[in-house]
Amino acid sequence: MSAQARLSVLSAGPLVSVQDLGRAGLRQFGVSCAGAVDAPAARLANALCANAPAAALLEFAGLGGSFATSRDLRFAVTGGACDIRIGARQLPAYESHVLRAGETLRIGAMSDAVWGYLALAGGIDVPCVLGARATHLRTGLGGVAGRCLRAGDQLVLGPASEDSPCLAPGAQTAPDSGPIRLVLGPQDRQFAPEALERLREAVFIVTPQRDRMAMVLDGPPLVAPAGHDIVSDGTVAGVLQVPASGKPIVLLAESQTTGGYPKIATVISADLPRLAQMAVGAQVRFQIIDRDSAEDIAIAARAREHRLFATLRPKIRRDLSSAFLLSQELVGGIFDPDAVLSPPDS
Amino acid sequence: MTYPRLRPLGDTALSVEFGERIDAALNARARALSYDLAQNPITGVVDVVPTYRAVLVSYDPHVIRGATLETALNERLRAPLGAPENAPQSGALWHVPVVYGAETGCDLAPLARDKGLSEQALIALHCSVEYRVYMIGFAPGFAYLGGLPEQLHAPRLATPRQWVPAGAIGIGGQQASINSVAGPSGWRYIGQTPWRSFDPDRARPFLFAAGDRIRFIPVSAREGQDIAARAAMPDAPLPEPQP
Repeated sequence: MSAQARLSVLSAGPLVSVQDLGRAGLRQFGVSCAGAVDAPAARLANALCANAPAAALLEFAGLGGSFATSRDLRFAVTGGACDIRIGARQLPAYESHVLRAGETLRIGAMSDAVWGYLALAGGIDVPCVLGARATHLRTGLGGVAGRCLRAGDQLVLGPASEDSPCLAPGAQTAPDSGPIRLVLGPQDRQFAPEALERLREAVFIVTPQRDRMAMVLDGPPLVAPAGHDIVSDGTVAGVLQVPASGKPIVLLAESQTTGGYPKIATVISADLPRLAQMAVGAQVRFQIIDRDSAEDIAIAARAREHRLFATLRPKIRRDLSSAFLLSQELVGGIFDPDAVLSPPDS
Repeated sequence: MTYPRLRPLGDTALSVEFGERIDAALNARARALSYDLAQNPITGVVDVVPTYRAVLVSYDPHVIRGATLETALNERLRAPLGAPENAPQSGALWHVPVVYGAETGCDLAPLARDKGLSEQALIALHCSVEYRVYMIGFAPGFAYLGGLPEQLHAPRLATPRQWVPAGAIGIGGQQASINSVAGPSGWRYIGQTPWRSFDPDRARPFLFAAGDRIRFIPVSAREGQDIAARAAMPDAPLPEPQP
């Protein structure tokens, strides 16, 4: 059975917006992609709700908000560990749950990440603007009137099956660690050799100057001897542009389409979400790799994502007795729900 | 260094650079490549952005590898590319109405004083040439124009203004602009067009494309209001380029 629910925003964190995977192909008209800063986290949240990967969901920076629904509704939170509660019940991120009509969902602070995602079964049904539902805050495009959400907003959701089960991954994946990998260019040749050396060796710090458009890193200055103004050319998310301060600015999902600062290097697409999720004060080390390797890593990352999605399984029912669960030795936290629900001898 | 040269932007884009200056010939080459890629697309290319002196080519590495794309682009760059000026969608000539001065064009009087010109002479000079849209960038539909008479070149303001309305007609260094959205800006503004060059709710959201030609036509404040009022009516026809 299919039904449409309505989500009420009772309170909202400082930067909660409707996002999807963004607007492609319009940069020649000056239109930023926008969309989720951490696209893999957004796709996983949607997968946990059995939504299409590009379904619209909520992105929040640091703090979610509180929400209520007009009908029972499946939801999932991803991006990082997060304080998620329905009433007194505390719920884990990275699996879907049911919010019942009349209950209040509270999404508090994230503890190990910056950008969180709240996907809702059916997706958020705001109008498509220039081919996407993503909010571009700077130009007020898309989402809810092009702005952040606030208390009192009502979001209509797309149709979703009420009978679908809640899902959880059947396997844990180890998060990536290690340096953030870069491909040099396009204007690395305008920088002094010491700047390239610093990029390889120095530790950079995530500063509080960050939003959906970009994040500024602190560290030893990266100097371009001929100056830090170039004739404006095209940009992409992940590029490290360096103004006269010598401090690199990493462009993110909501970046402008052209820019006039020299771009020393570009974060590889597979590592950009990890950099964007680092807390203020975190230390960043870079490693320079070639483009071929970066493409290999992108292809492997997408394959790993597909494998993870293939492990999503219906969660075990809550009415199973704790004695039975204990007998299945689930304490370790990694289990195969199929083995519990369908024993081999059934 | 020899041009054109191809430089990577990570694993999803590369830049074809034709030079380092703002120059009509370099811009024409960038637009010619961009036009060629629109007419004969390369599978796996997801976005092509012509700018002053370069073309950004975004690709999906799951469909085409950067090295393969470089080979394909180099082949095209070796062959003579068609002249974009003659292409129907890249050479349109627009007569853009402008209300000079007033609140939005508040830099008209001081700029005229600085240049030792009367306001009328400055307006006549600004309207005396045909501009070329060198690129659309920075914000949706924001048109950067080449061709500003040298006498009108003017440095940016030391302190940017926090709010400049959509339609503002600007001067920044040797460049001219037609602003498409409201926002902060350090450029100098001498007028405002009642045309809306960007409207996401329109069937054709963007009026101008890179390569279009622009002539400014002075109109009175009253005429400007009439044009704006007509444009705001439901189903109002879009402005058309010159035949």
